[in-house]
Amino acid sequence: MTAVAPLRRKPVKREKSRDESGARPRRWFTPWLLVAPGLLWLIIFFVIPMIRMATLSLEKGGEADGGLSNYSRVISDNSEVIVRTFTYAFFATIAAIIIGYPLAYVIARKGGRYKTFFLALVVLPFFVTYLVRTLSWKILLYDGGPVVDIARTLGILNDNQGILGSPFAVVMALTYNFLPFMVLPIYVSLEKIDWRLLEAANDLYATAGRTFRKVTLRLSLPGVFAGTLLTFIPAAGDFVNSELLGSERTIMIGNIIAKNFGKDYFRPELSALSFMLMAIILIGVLIYARLLGTEEIA
Amino acid sequence: MNALRRVGRIGLIAWAVAGLLFLFTPILVTVVYSFNEPNGKFNYIWEGFSLNGWTDPFKYSDLTDALFYSIEVAIWVTLISTVLGTLLGLAMVKYRFRGKGLLGGLLILPLTMPEVVLGFSILTLFVAINWSGSTVTIVIAQVMFSVSYVATTVRARIKGFDWRLEEAAADLGANPWRTFRKVTLPLIAPGVVAAALLTFALSLDDFIITYLNSGIDNSTFPIEIWNMKRSQVPVQINVIATIVLVVSVSVALLTVWAGNRRQRRLSA
Repeated sequence: MTAVAPLRRKPVKREKSRDESGARPRRWFTPWLLVAPGLLWLIIFFVIPMIRMATLSLEKGGEADGGLSNYSRVISDNSEVIVRTFTYAFFATIAAIIIGYPLAYVIARKGGRYKTFFLALVVLPFFVTYLVRTLSWKILLYDGGPVVDIARTLGILNDNQGILGSPFAVVMALTYNFLPFMVLPIYVSLEKIDWRLLEAANDLYATAGRTFRKVTLRLSLPGVFAGTLLTFIPAAGDFVNSELLGSERTIMIGNIIAKNFGKDYFRPELSALSFMLMAIILIGVLIYARLLGTEEIA
Repeated sequence: MNALRRVGRIGLIAWAVAGLLFLFTPILVTVVYSFNEPNGKFNYIWEGFSLNGWTDPFKYSDLTDALFYSIEVAIWVTLISTVLGTLLGLAMVKYRFRGKGLLGGLLILPLTMPEVVLGFSILTLFVAINWSGSTVTIVIAQVMFSVSYVATTVRARIKGFDWRLEEAAADLGANPWRTFRKVTLPLIAPGVVAAALLTFALSLDDFIITYLNSGIDNSTFPIEIWNMKRSQVPVQINVIATIVLVVSVSVALLTVWAGNRRQRRLSA
């Protein structure tokens, strides 16, 4: 009798995964053939310009002496504008959360069969060109327009006070223009929540407030995170709202770039300014991700 | 307690309705003010109802030309970025390959930067190679960021498809081109159409990147408004914006409707 050899386990041939990770291509270069045109485009027209802007930011030009001194120069010359830019973007983002979160929540939980309709209303502003949308705020906030009239009747404004030209007008329009970018991701993350979790929390004697904080809010944080980036980044780089609705005292970083980009000798300074804008945004995003808890974002 | 809760709930709904009104009001203003009869050159204050704008919507030929120029640019941008982005999206979903993670990161990167930085950086390249602003630079700059949108949209829409259908076609003797035309394309078409429509809309709407790379004399619709705004803001701006609004909402509704019909047909 021969001893039964222990069955060598045959390696199980796994079903090729059909999900996002994709299959191994039959020929190694097949994916690269598909990727090549788009990748080349991105390298030539996105990566190389970034490198060009980096080298330019160190060149001599304008009133800058070249090298890293461009950066210190740009920061000291525009410190007020820089602080203002991020203050506006910050308040616009906060306002967008305060308006957008409840809106997304109500649509996700109480929208019923009209969810799609309400979502369509949320994205409706995108069907009117950005500039025209912002001009409509100029109409609304104009001296003698409806908003100013109401504010004057209520005594919020004096008869010779207006809204146009003020930081309030700019921050409000920034909030408005990027609000849909806040609502949509929050809606998506709320929509994914299994609402039975709330019942469970309720059964376990959590108060409504505690249930909201510990379950709903926490599970929707990825949406809040995405919405914050989608609001804060374009708001920090904007110059349209400040130009159309603001004044000399609401100038943002974007306005400085928009005003001077055509002048050769200014471009090294503007490059430094652009990089600084990017760097501050990046640092802000990292701190924010850390605050919210990175695992919950992923 | 219960009463308190009810007040809370009503308050919440009221707040949400106010939010919707906040989003909706400027759109309403855009449409309503297309019927205004402004005193002077600036359509900022309501003076009275009039159809003047609507009976002569194309009075300012610069504005009309700019609209058609916008459409021309948008067509180019949509064609190029849909092809490039779809191929990228396809490769990302179908295959596993070295450097895929990096490529994914590179695709997201343009979307995480303020437009003014993107627009200015590509301008520094054009300046370095001595290209002054033209239709070409506008299209290149717009494609640069829309490729990412197309790739992301297509990728999300075609995730989880059964690509063995392609192998089946090949096994049945179809050549690669025929396989692509008869199997792959119909499979990915809805995602590609959605991405193309999004790109078209983004292109029409783009101001910041386009403005920085348009040079002189190449005015898209938003740029023309920007250039006009100091001297005049005529009713026709609102009239044309309303026409664009109505057309694009109709197209959006039509796509949703066609998508639903397709789904019903497929599941029937």
